[in-house]
Amino acid sequence: MIGSENKTVKRVFSFLFLVFLFSPILIISIAEAQYSLLVPGDTLPPAAPTKTEAFDTPYDRGRSITINWEKSKDDGAGENDVKGYEILRSTEVDGEYKLIGTTVGGAQHFIDNDVRDGIEYFYRIRVTDGISFSLSNPSLPAKSKPQWINLRRTNIFIFAVALTFAILYYINRAKAGKELFIRKIAGLEAVDDAVGRATEMGRKIFYIPGISDMDNMQTIAGLTILGRVAKVAAEYEARLEVPVSRSMVMVSAREVMKEAYSNAGRPDAFNEDLVYYLTDDQFGYAAAVDGLFVREKPAAIFLQGQFYAESLILAETGNSVGAIQIAGTAAPAQIPFFIAACDFTLIGEELFAASAYLSRDPKLLGSLKGQDVGKVIFLAAIILGVILLSFRLMNIGPWFSVG
Amino acid sequence: MGFFERLLKIDRRIIFTFIAVAIALPLFFNVSMYVETTSEVVGIFSAVDSLSPGSKVLISFDYDPGSMPELQPMAESFLRHCFSRDLKVILMGLWPQGPLQANWALDVILNDPDIKVKNLKYGVDYVNLGYTAGNEVVIQRMGSDIHAAFPVDYYGTSLDEIPLMRGVRNFNNIDFVYNLSAGYPGTMEWVQFAADRFHARLGAGNTAVQAPLMYPYLGKKQLVGILGGMKGAAEYEVLAQRPARAVRYMFGQGISHAVVIFFVIIGNLAFFATRKKKES
Amino acid sequence: MRREVPLLICAIVGFTLIIVYFVPHPPFSDMRDLFSDWFSVIAAFAIYLGILNLLKNSVDKVFRKRSGWGFSIVIIAGFVLFVFIGLYEGSDFGEIGTRYYWLYDRIYFPLMATMFAILAFFIGSASYRAFRARNVEATVLLLAAFFVMLGRVPIGYYLTSWLPEGWRMGDVANAIMTYPQMAGQRAVMIGIALGIVSTSLRIILGIERTFLGGE
Repeated sequence: MIGSENKTVKRVFSFLFLVFLFSPILIISIAEAQYSLLVPGDTLPPAAPTKTEAFDTPYDRGRSITINWEKSKDDGAGENDVKGYEILRSTEVDGEYKLIGTTVGGAQHFIDNDVRDGIEYFYRIRVTDGISFSLSNPSLPAKSKPQWINLRRTNIFIFAVALTFAILYYINRAKAGKELFIRKIAGLEAVDDAVGRATEMGRKIFYIPGISDMDNMQTIAGLTILGRVAKVAAEYEARLEVPVSRSMVMVSAREVMKEAYSNAGRPDAFNEDLVYYLTDDQFGYAAAVDGLFVREKPAAIFLQGQFYAESLILAETGNSVGAIQIAGTAAPAQIPFFIAACDFTLIGEELFAASAYLSRDPKLLGSLKGQDVGKVIFLAAIILGVILLSFRLMNIGPWFSVG
Repeated sequence: MGFFERLLKIDRRIIFTFIAVAIALPLFFNVSMYVETTSEVVGIFSAVDSLSPGSKVLISFDYDPGSMPELQPMAESFLRHCFSRDLKVILMGLWPQGPLQANWALDVILNDPDIKVKNLKYGVDYVNLGYTAGNEVVIQRMGSDIHAAFPVDYYGTSLDEIPLMRGVRNFNNIDFVYNLSAGYPGTMEWVQFAADRFHARLGAGNTAVQAPLMYPYLGKKQLVGILGGMKGAAEYEVLAQRPARAVRYMFGQGISHAVVIFFVIIGNLAFFATRKKKES
Repeated sequence: MRREVPLLICAIVGFTLIIVYFVPHPPFSDMRDLFSDWFSVIAAFAIYLGILNLLKNSVDKVFRKRSGWGFSIVIIAGFVLFVFIGLYEGSDFGEIGTRYYWLYDRIYFPLMATMFAILAFFIGSASYRAFRARNVEATVLLLAAFFVMLGRVPIGYYLTSWLPEGWRMGDVANAIMTYPQMAGQRAVMIGIALGIVSTSLRIILGIERTFLGGE
């Protein structure tokens, strides 16, 4: 009996020992089963992205590879718990893949801009749901290289060539002595009168060449007109001052005025201090110029170049001191303000036409004519496009989109 | 001189006084007005709303304190929107004062109770790249390499050491660009370089004076939307369901518009009255 | 030489930037980056050129007691104050809470905002003068201004909320902004763009020299 009792006790203890031994596994599996019931899907990693392909980014300077993939089946569908993708790269298909970038869920491409031309790279995409992850198959090798021509810009190239030819053609024709017509620009005709008035009244003339730098074509056009105004001022012996808001404009304006004064035969009347820098700050400049207007009460004010919100602040102050004002800008938003507050306004392209208009140089006049060819092309395209689209024949819009 | 002649030559200071009262007085009243939303503002709002958490948004602060009353509310509501949607934000400025304006907006938004709980970290959730001289050329440089355009951030830390900037090389790695602009360089340059040349998705907030100029660029490829002046800012606040300063200022703006129109009508009455007199 | 060197630089940089637009291959792309960097460096240094000129003129004015020399003292004092506080604060000068920030917040910001705010007053006085129904065109302009100004603020909504949707002041304002305004804007912009192309071409080819002081 004792022996049999011993056996039972042994069996019970053996069973308990086994239970103890396997309890961690049991606990984990029960917990996991419960957890998976609570948070469905997190036991499983998200489905791996597929169709990973890498290729040289087209039409660029090289050093760039584009990677595309098809997103995980759990991204936006399935378990729908994808947090993002990690892009891994290696130079060998079976080599060590290093993380080079991440994207958000839903993404299907990445551009790797940190590669060297001519080296083969393999890519794998790792998708993660925040807990586990899956890895795509490696892509086929991709090599980056620079391209010679950006074919997406063919349309612009054709137009640029056509326009350049048109401009050069008319410049040549003008040089050959062909008379070219240019319509009257009232604002430019009024320059002499404005300067004359200032001379009679014995007051100053202020010339404001906008608030942009020399890299803006409007500033350059403004300086061209300054040349003319300075020449007339020198001839009439009127005092012209040019407060500027960019130091490079200051240097250029001085050159322009110096040349104009010597062309007028009065180089002695030029003094570098007639052109001075105030500040680069938009409203600081407006405040300083307004102060000059109010204190000096100029007889004439020229506002020629690129202006922003300060346009009306300047023009309205000029108007209040009774100055004759000639403005010109290609900033469409400021044109209405100038028209409201100034006596004459050069609108948009008139500003750029000023140098040709004032000098009557055939080369410059010719380029204006060339510009008109560009306008004809645009007009024709607009009319054609509207007709074709209205009758649902064709959409030529894509011809004009730029890559 | 008759009454109407005198009215025609009214001293501008009288008009100034009326406008001053029309703008200043409503500031003391808290009247909330109905703000209609326009498709231009909805365009930006839904573009940001559709970005997945973790997407990278670049905000360029291209203005100075002069246009702050109009643009700062836009900056703040946009930042709050980004942070509330867990987007990563990169701030910069093409105007020297821009990065300061950015810090100003950050200071307000990071102390907002809803955002504060997120415990956002500099360098991980947002970064201020500072200012680089060169105007649109900076955008062009960013198109090939942001790290070359901004070698260090506003505080002098190398961009390579900032976790948020790792893997962000150029516009290909940025999901949305938002530009707040008061002039040059501004939205026009962002459209021409970032959107046209480097295909960035772009939205903008502009001063009311400048906004009409950007309308021709509206469309998917160039400008997904635009916030124009205080009204645009108010619309964004309404869409985000967080009416703030801009919505409050709409009352004053409405009254001042009405005053200007009142004077335009008076001016025209006087103009016709004097003309009739001359004719008779 | 004074004329030729700038023209040559202009031509080289201009042609390179045009070429790189169509040809992304090195060396053009590298040259574009190089020119971009140079431009940034030159633009940064040019700021000093302007500041030096401003200071020279201001100091000159004060010493010679020329008219308005009091303003020049304000300029010099403001410059010295901002530069020294900025330098004293070091690289974190723009941080919120620094002395520099205080100057920015309490002096610079109110001054700038005041200047911009003046615009509101000037718009009032300028529109009073300009918006007169002198002829048909001016009347159209006047009406457009009327609808846009009212339609863009809530007052327009309150005035016309009884109308069916699509006919309210705001809708009219939006229609004016989206169609005639945009069409006009585009037309002006096409003209301007062609003007810029042609002027740029003249400069790159050296035909236009007026900005260098030439005829």
